Formats: sequence, C-alpha cells, structure tokens
Amino acid sequence: MSAGAFTPAAGAAPVSRMILAQTALETRMLLRNGEQLLLTVIIPALLLVLFSTVDIITVPVREGSAAQEPVDFLAPGVLALAVMSTAFTGQAIATGFDRRYGVLKRLGASPLPRWALMSAKTLSVLVTEVLQIALLTVIALALGWSPQGNPLSVALLILLGTAAFSGLGLLMAGTLKAEATLAAANLVFLLLLVGGGVIVPLDKFPAAVQSVLGLLPISALSDGLREVLQQGASLPWGDVAVLAVWAVLGLGAAARFFRWE
Amino acid sequence: MEKRLGTRDPGPLPALRRLTRMSNDPAVEIRGLVKRYGPKTAVDGLDLTVRTASVTAVLGPNGAGKTTTVETCEGYHRPDAGTVRVLGLDPVAEADALRPRIGVMLQSGGVYSGARAVEMLRHMAKLYANPLDVDTLVERLGLGSCGRTVYRRLSGGQQQRLALAMAVVGRPELVFLDEPTAGLDPQARRGTWELVRELRADGVSVVLTTHHMDEAEQLADEVAIIDTGRVIAHGTPEQLCRGGAENTLRFTGRPSLDLASLLKALPDGTEAAELTAGVYRVTGDVHPQLLATVASWCAQHGVMPDSLAVERHTLEDVFLELTGKELRA
Repeated sequence: MSAGAFTPAAGAAPVSRMILAQTALETRMLLRNGEQLLLTVIIPALLLVLFSTVDIITVPVREGSAAQEPVDFLAPGVLALAVMSTAFTGQAIATGFDRRYGVLKRLGASPLPRWALMSAKTLSVLVTEVLQIALLTVIALALGWSPQGNPLSVALLILLGTAAFSGLGLLMAGTLKAEATLAAANLVFLLLLVGGGVIVPLDKFPAAVQSVLGLLPISALSDGLREVLQQGASLPWGDVAVLAVWAVLGLGAAARFFRWE
Repeated sequence: MEKRLGTRDPGPLPALRRLTRMSNDPAVEIRGLVKRYGPKTAVDGLDLTVRTASVTAVLGPNGAGKTTTVETCEGYHRPDAGTVRVLGLDPVAEADALRPRIGVMLQSGGVYSGARAVEMLRHMAKLYANPLDVDTLVERLGLGSCGRTVYRRLSGGQQQRLALAMAVVGRPELVFLDEPTAGLDPQARRGTWELVRELRADGVSVVLTTHHMDEAEQLADEVAIIDTGRVIAHGTPEQLCRGGAENTLRFTGRPSLDLASLLKALPDGTEAAELTAGVYRVTGDVHPQLLATVASWCAQHGVMPDSLAVERHTLEDVFLELTGKELRA
C-alpha cells in the first residue's frame, strides 16, 4: 500500500448506516444457514401442506365461522410456528454460536454500539419473518385459505410474539453454552410445536393441562392469530396480555443475564 | 471529557486541542492496574506507558497477564484497581468515544463462521467513517485467493490475516494486536511485521503481545516484559539486552589451555573460563579488539579454534535471568 495509506482518519459511520449494514449481514448469515432454513421455512411449509391435505387429525371448525376449511385452522398456527422458529429457535442458535466464535466480543470493540447490534438483530428477524409469512400465505391461499379479521391486529400479535420469543431466545443464547443452546432450542421448538396449539388443538389435552399450556407464548400467539384470522375477532386481549407479559419477562431477563463473552 | 481536555490544554479549537494531545500525550497510560478473576490475580499492579506512533511489545509467557492487560485497554474488563487511559479516555466509561478510534485484533475468532473473508472485512469497513480501500487491503494481506471462502474453512494463517485486516480497516489511531503472528508461516509472519512497520511510519500507535523474542526485537521501539501480572523490565530492546549480563565470546580448542596467560592479554574486568573440556567462554565487553586479542593469543599458543562465536545477549536471556523461566515454557 502506498505510503501514508494508514494515516489515522478514525471515526464511526453514521449509526443508521451501521444498523443497515449489520441487518443486511445478519440476514444473509441466517438465510445462508441450511439448518436454519429447515426450521424457518421447510418445516412450517410441510406441516401446512401435509395437515391441510391429509386427514390426520380432525381440526375444530366452529359453526357460524366464515372460514370452514382445515387450512383456516392450520394457517394461523403455522404462522405462529414460523414466528417462533425465527425469533426464538433461529435467533437463539445463531446468537449462541456468534457468542462462542467471539463475534459479539469483536463487534463490541467496533464503533457499533450494543443497542445498535441488538436493533440490527431484531430487524433481521423481522425481515426473515416477512419472507416466511409471504411464502406461507401464498401456500395457504393456494390450499384454499380465506383469512378474516384486521391485518393490523395480526401485525400487533406477531410483533408481540416476536418480542416475547426474542427475549427468551436471547436469554438462552446469552447464558448457556452454544451446544446446549442448540440442543435446548430445538427441543423447545419440538415441544411447543406439539403442545402449543399449532397443529394439535389445545382442547385435545386434558383440562388441567390445557389451562397451563394456554399460558405458553406459542399458545397465546397461535390462539390469538386464530381468533383474528379464522373467527374475525378484532383483538384478542387475553392473548395480547399473555404475550406482553412474556415479552417483558423475557427481554428483561435477557438484558439482565446476557453474557457477551 | 471536554472539561478534562480543556484543563490540560485550554486551546480554543477542539481540532487544535486534539492535535496537541495526540502529539504530546501517551497513547496508553496504565497505572497500578489490578485485575482479579475470583481468587486468581491476572494483573497485579501493572504500569505501562505507550508513546504515540510507536510500537510497544508486551512480552511474556502464557498466563503472564498480557491478554488481560490489552483487553482492559480495549474496554472489555473493568479494572479492580488502578487507572487505564487510552487516547486520554477511560475505556469503560467513555467506550463510545474510544471504540471508533482503536483497532482490535483478538487472539482468535471474532468472525461469523459462515461469513466469507472479504464479506466480513467489507462489513467492518462500513462501520467506519473513512475506511481503507478494502480491495487494496485484501491484496496487501494476500487474502485475495480466499476472499470468497467462509471463515470456518480458512486456514489458521488466513484467519489471522483477516483479523489483522479487520483491526486496521477503520484507519485507527491506535491498534492492539494480540499475538498477531501466532500460527503464521515465516513468510506471512514477515508480511505482518512489514505491515506493523508501515502503520508506525504512518503515525499509528501499535501495542502487540507476543511470546516471540525475535518479534519484539525486530519490531518494537519499546518492550515491556511481564510476568505474573507485573512489568518486570521495560525499555528499548537494546537497553534491555545491554543491561544485566554482558556479551560473551565462546570458542573451542584443545582442553586445559593456560587461561591465566589469556587473561593477562585481555583488558581488566574480562573473565575467562573453561566450561567443559575444550570449550571456553570469555565474558566482558566484547568488541573487535577483544576478538583480535583472543585470536592472536590462540595463534601464539598454537591453538586452532574450531569455532569462535560472539554470543549476543537476547531478550530470551533477559527473560530467563529475570524470572528463571523459559519464555515459551
């Protein structure tokens, strides 16, 4: 390099440019990862197609509702699953390995402030969710889905769900070892897939179990989305409240206990 | 921060103040640093001053406290006692002001395992206001051939060079390089040394840790030798090598030579000894005249010295004398 090339001219880029660059990189890392795509796209899409077309379990379709097809029950649950897979499972695993490989540490010595890094991670999750929801919506519509309700209510539920799952995912990534996070995040994904009202209606479980399962963030999100998209409800306040409590607890605990190294 | 700078130099223009500070004040000033991890004291009352636009090598064995010291300067650790000022700033309390101005090379890692080498470097460049040209830097560090390779598939040397590039891409005033040549082949090592020299020539202050003596001797304006969390010697490589034991001349010949007659021919203060049968050591101020005296004494006594060598005192010897330990043990 020519003489004088390294002459100091230090300074941070504008924070908006840093966040944009970081969001783009985080999203590319996420989409490049094959295992992540399996969780975020392939499994939700397969579940949607499989359970809509093959009569494996009887889905409850309420009388008087405008939406009567199995896909009308399944699509909201699969959307909730997609949100969980990205905001919780994907983010926990990716962040756990970022921490393990010293990425968070190295970025901590760069001009990028921590709040900007977390903003970029959140934006990257939201970008991924938009792509997932677009894809799943197309598939569901092709299967005969007739969504009801107010799109703004759907957006609010998804944002709250994202906040709740992100808090829990980051809490896990910031406190456990990367391998433990990988195992635990996948296990939780599987358990919540079965027990969170995604494809198996909660009323198939015994009553005592039902009331506990109903308080899980995945149950609140899938039930809330179903209330709006299947039943045309304006805003299911009970589910909103459950998600808000999880968001406050999860993000609060993550902020308190997250270890950067 | 403005207030403190102002009391030091009441110049009216912020730009002028900063220029004055950069030219006079040290790049790093550590006083009485203590850092403990549970019952273990990693750094134990360490003092260190790094001049602006110089290369300072922090030399010591594994576990001496090198990395903890450097990482405290980078703002990763809060000192348990003592003060640390980097470019006049507190690395923890004033981190947001400091981080854009320093470059950091960690001992390992720091890159997304799925990121391509040049992609990561380009990303780092975007975080700074006036970065170096990425393509030129890639070529300079020989990363062109692996530019599209993801980080986890890079060789150890390529990972090291990428980390070095990431440390300098933002055109920092001060860079911290934690074992920058660990795991490099000799050619890549010289390339890194060359880059460090260019940085200093362009006015960048460099702090590097190493446990390679030759690296410190080759690169450093000043060397701080640390052991068990303290600086045990500090100075230029020449000062450190001159201090303590003097240089020696070693030669071999037939056994049981008459050393008393040799000593008569040598200046006062010189010592001579037969270390083992036929191996002789002359200790003192070794200069060309002394060498000639020894050679002519050998000629007079019909001794053919099979080998005759001047042994320079190295930082390795200095370290051994100061601590009784091998540096790379």
